[in-house]
Amino acid sequence: MSTFPFQDAILVAIFALVVGVTIGGALIAALSTRIIRGVSGLMLCCMGLGGLYYFLNSPFLALMEILIYVGAVCVTIVFGVMLSEPDEPAHEESRRHAVLWGGAALLVSLVILGGVAHLGLRGPWQEPAARVSDGSVQAIGLALLTTYSLPFELISIVLLVAILGALVIARSGRTKE
Amino acid sequence: MNLLQIHQRPGVYLVVAAVLLAIGVYGLIRRRTLIGMLIAGELIFSAASLNFMAVNRFFAPDPAVGQIVVLFIMGLAAAEVAIALSVIIAVYRNYRSIHSNDLSELKG
Repeated sequence: MSTFPFQDAILVAIFALVVGVTIGGALIAALSTRIIRGVSGLMLCCMGLGGLYYFLNSPFLALMEILIYVGAVCVTIVFGVMLSEPDEPAHEESRRHAVLWGGAALLVSLVILGGVAHLGLRGPWQEPAARVSDGSVQAIGLALLTTYSLPFELISIVLLVAILGALVIARSGRTKE
Repeated sequence: MNLLQIHQRPGVYLVVAAVLLAIGVYGLIRRRTLIGMLIAGELIFSAASLNFMAVNRFFAPDPAVGQIVVLFIMGLAAAEVAIALSVIIAVYRNYRSIHSNDLSELKG
């Protein structure tokens, strides 16, 4: 079946690269001291997530992930970084305090990681008996305009209200002076 | 477990989503600026999306539903980022700081 030599090995290598980019980007996003590096890490993480969506049989969602997250969300956060002064304060808390809170945060996140990974690996997942649709872009469009038309319209209202609210909130301090 | 079929096993995706969630929670606790906390929140959104997509691909009878849910998550995340950044800019204008330790009074 495999016509290209080492097809499977190349595929696994690309998969490992995508997983590595996702987790590495997330680590940069959460741990770097300079915020602009954190935003870049979030961009890397979203690129890797796009690749993972591609492996999950959904090229449409992969493109949407890169378009919305890298193209819109991260660029908006970069604007926020430029308009404020977001770097982490250096040596503000005492060393004992830092170790205590860092340990507590690490413990919480490790417990969450263990619990969710255990659920994912050991849970009673069942393969479906039959697939109703093929998950193509056509199926998504049909479902969006028939079964899910109400949430679709609600999302557009939420976006409109969010834009107006963002304008009002960001403007209010300006008119006073 | 055949290593060459690893990208077709649901466990891998679920564990990657769990790792993203854990990193996001760690960042949300440890970050001391509002924008850092916002980035960590985006990581948690991504973990939820990846979980939806993995379950959708392997265990759902209708593979279009999970993709629609993830599209809605992306729309809500975009709206959330717009609101959060405008709040952050308003806070910075009032306090000249967005470090979460400095924002300790409610009446501004």
